[in-house]
Amino acid sequence: MKRFWAAILVACSLLASQSSLAIRPDEVLADPVLEERAREIGKQLRCLVCQNQSIDDSDADLARDLRILVRERLQQGDTDDEVLAYMKARYGDFVLLKPPMGPVTYLLWFGPALLGVAGIVAVVFFFRRNRERPDEPTLTDAERRRIAEVIGDRPEAGGT
Amino acid sequence: MIVEAGHFALVLALVLALAQGTFPLIGAATGRSDFMAVGRHAALGQFTLIAISFAALTYAYVTSDFSVANVVQNSHTAKPLLYKITGVWANHEGSMLLWILILGAFGAMVAFFGANLPASLRARVLAVQGLIGFGFILFILFTSNPFDRIWPPPPDGRGLNPLLQDPGLAFHPPFLYFGYVGFSVAFAFAVAALIEGRVDPAWARWVRPWTLAAWCSLTLGIALGSWWAYYELGWGGFWFWDPVENASFLPWLSGTALLHSAIVVEKRDALKSWTVLLAVLTFSLSLMGTFLVRSGVLTSVHAFATDPARGVFILALLVIASGGSLLLYAVRAPSMQGGGLFAPISREGSLVLNNLLLATATATVFLGTLYPLFLDVLDAGKVSVGPPFFNMTFVPLMVPVIVAMGIGPMLAWKRGDLPGVLSRLWLALALAAAIGIGTLIAMGVQSVLAALAMALAGWLMASVLVEWAERVKLFRAPLQESWRRARHIPRSSYGMSVAHAGLAVIVAGITASSAWQTEVIRQMRAGDTVEVAGYSMQFEGVREQRGPNYISRQGEFLVTRNGSVVTTLTPERRAYPIEGDTTTEAAIHTTWLADLYAVIGDGNAEAGWSVRLYHNPLVPWIWVGAVIMVLGGLVSLSDRRHRVGVPERRRARPGPAMPAPAE
Repeated sequence: MKRFWAAILVACSLLASQSSLAIRPDEVLADPVLEERAREIGKQLRCLVCQNQSIDDSDADLARDLRILVRERLQQGDTDDEVLAYMKARYGDFVLLKPPMGPVTYLLWFGPALLGVAGIVAVVFFFRRNRERPDEPTLTDAERRRIAEVIGDRPEAGGT
Repeated sequence: MIVEAGHFALVLALVLALAQGTFPLIGAATGRSDFMAVGRHAALGQFTLIAISFAALTYAYVTSDFSVANVVQNSHTAKPLLYKITGVWANHEGSMLLWILILGAFGAMVAFFGANLPASLRARVLAVQGLIGFGFILFILFTSNPFDRIWPPPPDGRGLNPLLQDPGLAFHPPFLYFGYVGFSVAFAFAVAALIEGRVDPAWARWVRPWTLAAWCSLTLGIALGSWWAYYELGWGGFWFWDPVENASFLPWLSGTALLHSAIVVEKRDALKSWTVLLAVLTFSLSLMGTFLVRSGVLTSVHAFATDPARGVFILALLVIASGGSLLLYAVRAPSMQGGGLFAPISREGSLVLNNLLLATATATVFLGTLYPLFLDVLDAGKVSVGPPFFNMTFVPLMVPVIVAMGIGPMLAWKRGDLPGVLSRLWLALALAAAIGIGTLIAMGVQSVLAALAMALAGWLMASVLVEWAERVKLFRAPLQESWRRARHIPRSSYGMSVAHAGLAVIVAGITASSAWQTEVIRQMRAGDTVEVAGYSMQFEGVREQRGPNYISRQGEFLVTRNGSVVTTLTPERRAYPIEGDTTTEAAIHTTWLADLYAVIGDGNAEAGWSVRLYHNPLVPWIWVGAVIMVLGGLVSLSDRRHRVGVPERRRARPGPAMPAPAE
């Protein structure tokens, strides 16, 4: 399996160096509204043979095929969600750059919120504990006498 | 001969690093000052030896010594001199050598500027640095030796990946590494403080300038990388949430949190154990970044090293350094007593909020970056975590950060008056609202989120100005008095204002360029004209040109607006015959308010050429803002409190140091 991915990577980089631009003029749909939707969908889909590139950004031939496929589905009247669902059914979760919510991704989606809440709880405890502590260390009688000695008179002058 | 000298110097540096990592620790533990003194000399010696080693490799590159395997793989006689030199670190082995060169430089700087540190603290800091150096030199010598020879030497080298033959990317790694490695000083100080069991404002004062210097450099390094992606990759993007980008962004986020929490330690003697933890985590994230990039575990555009032996070695270093220091933290941190008290609504409170949000943001990016890897390791399926995830989770976290950035600096220490501050910020609020509404009117209702983001940028910029105006009593006192006050505000405070203003500029740049980009993709023949955001672009055709080590196909566009010529754009496709690769050179004309951006692709004179033309509003502000942020950091770094000698006077007082008076 590893070798397979390595081979695909090499193929991808070779393809990338041959063609030049991700979206080529002949792919663009005549209807600007539909094309705009196709672009937005393209940003959500991963080029399967590349590393971390959307099909919108990728030069690979597969990305081109997927872009054309997205446009075909849109022209047949699919909604954006239907196109994404179609792609997911064909290529699995891996094709979606926004991972779907599910048991495997709960930690991903809720992790940040959980950590944020844990942080808030920690901060609340921090302030609670602070409130229980005396605001300033108070001076003992012996220290007050010592201050009075040093200053000479006015025993209360040392405090802040 | 010179190459062997470099290799030998590296072996000697390894021995010195071990000495630096052990003797001072023993000396500090047993109170032997002669052992402690080893650290200083060893650090200076280690740096000198690594510098010799680095110079030897550079020499091999400049003279194209093809009996050195590393030079063969990454250089070529036809390459321009600049890229022969930068080729030294544009590969795995050389870049690791650069890594330890910078580490050695930081060690030498601590040894050199650290005369005012208490002897035991300095010894321990240098020892920790020595141990890190030891680990990494060992890594280079065993798994990534750049001095390996090959025989017989080939007649010429294989050249350097053309994508890397670029000024932006040539200097991206040195800045990035200076940042990564600079955090090792904060880490060394944190570990030393944990061993000593004491963190006080003086400690924070020593840590802060190192952290600031590292942060400035990392900011610049990230900005350079994103600038390079913008003009070189050819689709006008500047940030892709690529794992390797995230690897540099993670230490930046936690380093930013560290900079802010260190202020609280310095001024109020509070948040001590949290600050130590951040210092440990920030350098751990730097190490993790090095691991992710160097091991090739996330193969992506940036990763040009794929060798499991190396990955396992760096992973071991990461586990020892982070695991060890976190264990030490777990044992020692509970004994650290908090100092100054403060109410939730206070300057300290706002810095706590900053840390809470930045830490959550760091965790979010961390989770998103490593999640696919975790799942893969656990064999739980393959998922992709891409820009849509990060835009949904990270961006909302930045909203409260920016809102709070306007308010926090105006709150008093210990106990702040929020309604009072808000009423003094009415001007900033009004300006933000005006910008938001103005944007909506100009750009239409569909831009509601972008309008909010622009309002936030305006809010931040205006509140920075209001805060400064309040401090100098602008228009409320005679101008002379304001001028006198303006000159007496400490540099660190100016640094904060400038850096925050820089972020406001960045937010505006990111928002405008993502929301209002105009894109035209066309097949064009010579003589065709298209309209892009009010500019008329006439395609003049393509001609071939020869560069030093490439052949270029250059397109030409005459750009006019309302009949008058604006500029000529000449995007290129460069073919590098030696490396067998091509690159895209976008043509960019900037007005500082927007970029006109042109890329040319394949085609021929009959069928036409495929071209992409963009109008990217405010995109230069992203990098201008980053430079402003770095300037802010440098201004803060020049504050007199950080200069040599000042902390010494503070330290002269025995016992726990007094918190500095609030300013």
